[in-house]
Amino acid sequence: MENEPFVPGLAGKGGHLIALEEVLDALKLQAGVLDMDAFRGQWRVVVDSSQLHATLKRLKEAWQFDMLVDITCVDYLQYQHATDRFGMVYLLACTERNQRLAIRVLLNEPNLVLPTVTDLWAGADWMEREVWDMFGIRFEGHSDLRRILMPEAFAAHPLRKDYPRQGRGERHNFPVVTRDQS
Amino acid sequence: MALELPDNVVVTKLDALASWCRKNSLWPMPFATACCGIELMGTGASRHDLARFGAEAMRFSPRQSDLMVVAGRVVMKMLPVLQRIWLQMNEPKWCISMGACASTGGVFDTYAVVQGIDRFMPVDMYVPGCPPRPEQLLQAIIDLQDKIQQGGTLAGREFARAQRSRVLVDLSASGPCGPDERAN
Repeated sequence: MENEPFVPGLAGKGGHLIALEEVLDALKLQAGVLDMDAFRGQWRVVVDSSQLHATLKRLKEAWQFDMLVDITCVDYLQYQHATDRFGMVYLLACTERNQRLAIRVLLNEPNLVLPTVTDLWAGADWMEREVWDMFGIRFEGHSDLRRILMPEAFAAHPLRKDYPRQGRGERHNFPVVTRDQS
Repeated sequence: MALELPDNVVVTKLDALASWCRKNSLWPMPFATACCGIELMGTGASRHDLARFGAEAMRFSPRQSDLMVVAGRVVMKMLPVLQRIWLQMNEPKWCISMGACASTGGVFDTYAVVQGIDRFMPVDMYVPGCPPRPEQLLQAIIDLQDKIQQGGTLAGREFARAQRSRVLVDLSASGPCGPDERAN
């Protein structure tokens, strides 16, 4: 056993190789899984928002996807052939088997609410704050959902595609300090 | 009646003497937020040797410095901080806007970046470049020394008007939040 070579994808000592396809087959039977496809070997699973938390919990606890790489969002406004406005992306990794999986949730206004996953991965805290700040998607159950990049009193969500690149004048809305005042 | 003076005596005005002292011991406050800050460090280091112009004593406390060097882009979240530090500096004080970003926003024409600090605070000298070479910053300091020599008075009369009309600038009311009716 000591000289057993390291095999990426081998689950623990004496375990059998759990291929990503096994995980995907199991996911197909799960409620709320709408679609899955691959691009250049990277799998992506589209999940209904009501089943998002249950799916992520199962992936973490039953399939050892122990690492939350990133949470981010895409605004599909004016995107060709797009049917939904926002796509939330959860990038997961299984450090034991060296596998990666992307979970997507499609969202439309006005229901821009998702359950938080900070109870599964504490690192989701700041990622969800960033998505809230930049895209305005709320995370129910998040303990401290404040803006993380923009000033707290900022009114818009600047990475939305209907927000102008140069802003709406916020960057010029400051008091002027003159020589006489300083 | 001409006054007979020995050769080793110079006659000048006290105002000019005060300015001469001030211009040769500038204490920069390095407000370095981007790559211009690296050039600022290079200017202070041995190769370019800012000490030749008496401005090598960089202080990270506004109370101990009289030359604000804004080196790099200033985002809207940072501007109230910059203004507060400027207000905390004691007179006489001067400001150098170093590089394209501090002066105009540079290539960062986005919602988050202030398009030139001179919109919101006084600037004495602009340094072009992206980033400027240390020689350019040195030239700005030399030019600023000329400016200081021309303007200063011993009693600080040039600041008297500022003292009279000094009002408390309420930076807490700065609202970088809602849309502004002023043009972009």
